[in-house]
Amino acid sequence: MAQVTTAEHKSIFSLFNLIALIVLGMGVYITYLRFTGGLAAVTNLSDDNPWGIWISFDLLCGVALAAGGYVTSAAVYLFGMKNYHSAVRPAVLTGFLGYALVVLALQYDVGRPWRLPYPLVVQQGTTSVLFEVGLCVATYLTVLFVEFSPAALEWLGLKKARNLVVKLTILLTIFGVVLSTMHQSSLGSLFLIVPSKLHPLWYSPYIPIYFFVTSIIAGLSMVIFESTLSHRFFSYKMDETHHKEANGVTLGFGKAASYVLAGYFAIKVMGISSGNQWHFLKTGYGTWYLVELLGFVALPSLLYAIGVRVKSLGLIKFTSVLAILGVILNRFNVCLVAFNWQLPAGERYFPHWMEIGISVFIVMIGLLLYRFIVTRMPILYEHPDYKDAH
Amino acid sequence: MDQVFYTLQDFLLHTESVTYLLVIATLVGMTVFWWFLTGKDED
Amino acid sequence: MSISRRKFLGWVGAAGLSTTIGKPAAAATGKHFTGYPNSFAILHDTTLCVGCRTCEAACNKVNDLPPPDKPFTDLSVLEDRRRTTTKAFTVVNKYDNKEKSKSPVFFKKQCNHCLEPACASVCFVSAFTKTKTGAVIYDSSVCVGCRYCMIACPFEIPTYEYDQVLTPRIRKCTMCYPRVIKGQLPGCVEACPMEALSFGKREDMIKIAQERFRKYPDRYVDHVYGEHEMGGTSWLYISGTPFKELGMREDLGVTPAPQLTAGALSSVPIIAGLWPVLLAGLYAVSKRKEKIAQTEKERPAESETEEES
Repeated sequence: MAQVTTAEHKSIFSLFNLIALIVLGMGVYITYLRFTGGLAAVTNLSDDNPWGIWISFDLLCGVALAAGGYVTSAAVYLFGMKNYHSAVRPAVLTGFLGYALVVLALQYDVGRPWRLPYPLVVQQGTTSVLFEVGLCVATYLTVLFVEFSPAALEWLGLKKARNLVVKLTILLTIFGVVLSTMHQSSLGSLFLIVPSKLHPLWYSPYIPIYFFVTSIIAGLSMVIFESTLSHRFFSYKMDETHHKEANGVTLGFGKAASYVLAGYFAIKVMGISSGNQWHFLKTGYGTWYLVELLGFVALPSLLYAIGVRVKSLGLIKFTSVLAILGVILNRFNVCLVAFNWQLPAGERYFPHWMEIGISVFIVMIGLLLYRFIVTRMPILYEHPDYKDAH
Repeated sequence: MDQVFYTLQDFLLHTESVTYLLVIATLVGMTVFWWFLTGKDED
Repeated sequence: MSISRRKFLGWVGAAGLSTTIGKPAAAATGKHFTGYPNSFAILHDTTLCVGCRTCEAACNKVNDLPPPDKPFTDLSVLEDRRRTTTKAFTVVNKYDNKEKSKSPVFFKKQCNHCLEPACASVCFVSAFTKTKTGAVIYDSSVCVGCRYCMIACPFEIPTYEYDQVLTPRIRKCTMCYPRVIKGQLPGCVEACPMEALSFGKREDMIKIAQERFRKYPDRYVDHVYGEHEMGGTSWLYISGTPFKELGMREDLGVTPAPQLTAGALSSVPIIAGLWPVLLAGLYAVSKRKEKIAQTEKERPAESETEEES
């Protein structure tokens, strides 16, 4: 595949590179402040608000948005949907980078990041849902790394190692789904212990199920979203199979996302019924809940469905952004908006600009790594030496 | 050999610790068993 | 990848032997837990508290805490609603009390040393321990600083040293555990000049409270706060004013914190055990379908060649 770098591509990348440089510089500066002045120097965290956007966005959203890896692998390798095969490697790469960046974000958020291995090697708090999250995320990151490695091994020309790893695909995929089910739901379970602090519309014994289902929605939508971006910026790296399957992926994943969103909408409504929470809908928080449920769950479900029916790729692609924003909104609501809802307004939390700065910094690192890997390794195309007939 | 648990916390700490070890054993065991089931070897 | 039957049975045998180690399992959850017998508790009678802040000063001294922004003799701080901080394990707050009497009510707040602490339940390195004495103590030598304990505490007690770079710790009342195990009283209890704080066995503290209700029925709200809240605490409160008006939540319920997550935790082994089976089954089904589709694709080609010859 000849690398076509048009003048148009060059200029886009320069502007991006400039922004990247500024963001990286800002990130390094805030990192310095964080590790010389402590959390107080760069965050608005307080005793009343111990978790901020590094948890609500980098952890809760990061893990959800990286779910495309297990969802796509399951679809292709367990459900046998071969026509989505070209979507696997980009999804697994996103998953791997996503989880790695979550670990990076934790280095900033926890008070003593060098002690992060403690739950594994020093003392186990097995009664804690967070213990399960940590164990699962660490294991799954390893699984993702191994799932991603064939692309790197092909690039390095290590044929034997690559063939050995590929033999593990089904096993890794099953492990990936098992581990993902556990930790995606457990991120929701973190909040089961605070019924007194989480608004009744968002607190539910079904939270773990809600978080698991929305991870699937996020995964499916991220694959569509990323595929859109990749075609915009990396089209020249894509091989024939990738181009041929692209529309099928968008339509197929859009159809799946529509249906999962519908199911999610149903169980959310039934959750309100189970808790007899209807009267809360009339309140201010109730209005906000309806915005989340109708505007970012029901609406994308419908738009995806219409897009699939009339075969409008544009509508599906637009809806994927809406669905992703919906998952982010839900995580922010559970962690920051509906949490501590009873505290007086003056004691509520709003992020420090430096917290936002680090989150942007981490996303930028992810984008740069993605670009580095995708422009060098066989992610968007099949390596000529390894034309596996799947 | 009968350990008394005075608090739910102590009870759960014990039972969950044992359970986690069993979970790891299960995942390993199911993998090994799968290889056994799908094997076409001698014997 | 596949292994021989012999090898597999050998491994199973070895695994079986290793399961004979370990304590016999206690009954399944659904059991009733009563807490450590003879553990201590503190009874705070707010009708006796005058808001002198001597307890705050004693706590500061006993725990070697940094000097406060305003001295303990400064009673103007009582005009603000205060919470625990890294410098103050306990605070006394003042509440206007126009109904019962003309004088305000004072309420001393600190860690309640729950019988089933939420902080201990959520700590993923088990940094918190509910001791036999009743005190819930914190081990900073394993703490990673995730602050989940601060999220979980329904009373909003744990505080964090956000300004420390290398050694940030969670800070909270220890029920003077080092003193109690030596037979001494907690610093605040010893210092209180009005005997608004009493220390003794939890069962006895509840009896004392009920005795006071009997003796002075008009003086108290007939409820020992902490007897059942969140499954019960080791700091008990009695008051002449409804607790809601003293900054204490009356909607916490009686379910102990660990019970709130026990259900979710129990789903982990089910997923680990059954998901692989279901997914492997799914894979087998899709592989079979694929094989059938492939066989049917090849058949028309065979019949064509047969016709030709």
